[in-house]
Amino acid sequence: MKFKSVFDIIGPVMIGPSSSHTAGAARIGRVARDLFGKQPTWAKIYLYGSFAETYKGHGTDKAIVGGLLDYDTFDERIKTAFEDAKQAGLTYEFIPETAHTEHPNTTRIVIGDESREMSMVGISIGGGKTEITELNGFPLRLSGELAAILVVHEDRSGCIASVSNCLAKYDINIGHMEVSRREKGNMALMVIEIDQNVNEQILNEISDLPNITQVTRIAD
Amino acid sequence: MEVLFRNVRELVERATRENKLISEIMIEQEIMITDRSREDIMAQMDRNLTVMEEAVEKGLRGVQSTSGLTGGDAVLLQNYLKKGNTLTGGLMLDAVSKAVATNEVNAAMGTICATPTAGSAGVVPGTLFAVKNKLNPTREQMIRYLFTSGAFGFIVANNASISGAEGGCQAEVGSASGMAAAAIVEMAGGSPAQCAEAFAITLKNMLGLVCDPVAGLVEVPCVKRNAMGAANSLVAADMALAGVTSRIPCDEVIDAMYRIGQSMPSTLKETGQGGLAATPTGRWLESKIFGGAVVGSGN
Repeated sequence: MKFKSVFDIIGPVMIGPSSSHTAGAARIGRVARDLFGKQPTWAKIYLYGSFAETYKGHGTDKAIVGGLLDYDTFDERIKTAFEDAKQAGLTYEFIPETAHTEHPNTTRIVIGDESREMSMVGISIGGGKTEITELNGFPLRLSGELAAILVVHEDRSGCIASVSNCLAKYDINIGHMEVSRREKGNMALMVIEIDQNVNEQILNEISDLPNITQVTRIAD
Repeated sequence: MEVLFRNVRELVERATRENKLISEIMIEQEIMITDRSREDIMAQMDRNLTVMEEAVEKGLRGVQSTSGLTGGDAVLLQNYLKKGNTLTGGLMLDAVSKAVATNEVNAAMGTICATPTAGSAGVVPGTLFAVKNKLNPTREQMIRYLFTSGAFGFIVANNASISGAEGGCQAEVGSASGMAAAAIVEMAGGSPAQCAEAFAITLKNMLGLVCDPVAGLVEVPCVKRNAMGAANSLVAADMALAGVTSRIPCDEVIDAMYRIGQSMPSTLKETGQGGLAATPTGRWLESKIFGGAVVGSGN
């Protein structure tokens, strides 16, 4: 079941006009910022399918930039996100693509600052719900049935054990887990699907573990 | 994931067997899935209800969207209502005006609560705040209206779709209208089975509805589709309360909606390329709003 809570249906509280193209877009932008760990100074935002065709009308562009500025779905400042970005030192570019993607509401967000960059693909599946499907070229294979967190970490021994120990401590059961890395000793990823949702406290505790770079909720 | 219901049949069976309201089954499932307390869940829905109330009030005072395509119709409808000479009756037009009010606020980038989506956010609150004047519900009953709506929306979202990009407007305003019809029936004292009949009757009459927004904006025809969705749900609720049943079971209607959505061309699924969006006037409005830059040409 992709939709788990009644508040996925009666909600979110949001700035109009579209739950998938405005609220969902803001959420994807905000996850990108979260994964980057701070506000980027530049962003290239590729839009596909319905996102590419209707982004201006739906305020998808303002919402994604708003998300990159850490605005939530109900933040009135989404309306002034372009002006706010200028003030905050974030430059952005929107690139509508014609390539066909699996989901009609897909965006690839490439963000960075003077020292590093990051690429992420997100989809907006309706009613404001979103999923992250790719990070820095790593496909994040989610069943879509369970809540999921993404852990970015250094490729060192003990990382996987320490994260799963932390989840076990809070009685959070792991339903599915995938680990991947680009090269030995570099950046690695864990995608962990769990039976229960995790709260901020648990996420913070995981991010404080040794060699963990970033922890983010990617499906709930 | 363990749930109390996966389809409408299971929902109605459980509510009937346990002699509970559909809203109660939804609340119990939410407690079970999220591990949150009943008070916490009720308080969150209460806040969503307040957002809906404020959106209706704002829309009835009059708003205009940036594009200028929508706004002010809720005010026209209320003024007309006050003259007391309507053809369809006070409650019907009151619901229509409040649904329009919500969607006009949404189009103007105001704050709304998606039910189940933003483009279809008018139907559930529009009918709620109109039926309220007739049935005089308590605050708790008004909150329950949203849980009953949510129970049906939950089934549609998981078994079919509530996204216009995936299933057309039938998945958005169609689902919202069915959700509202079921909630009206519960508030009016109908049985869980009658809630399901009202949902089925409503959605059957909105099957095939395409998503063809002019200039890709959630304005034309979205605002008026919410108006008609509200009217449709009130008629279906009355039909179900009268004892009329749907020959096609509710779950099969939902499945039909899903299959119709899958076979709909993408030009009619929230791309702003077909239907009303592709009419000469639709195209003209589009170029006027975006200063000659036509959305959909890939620029």
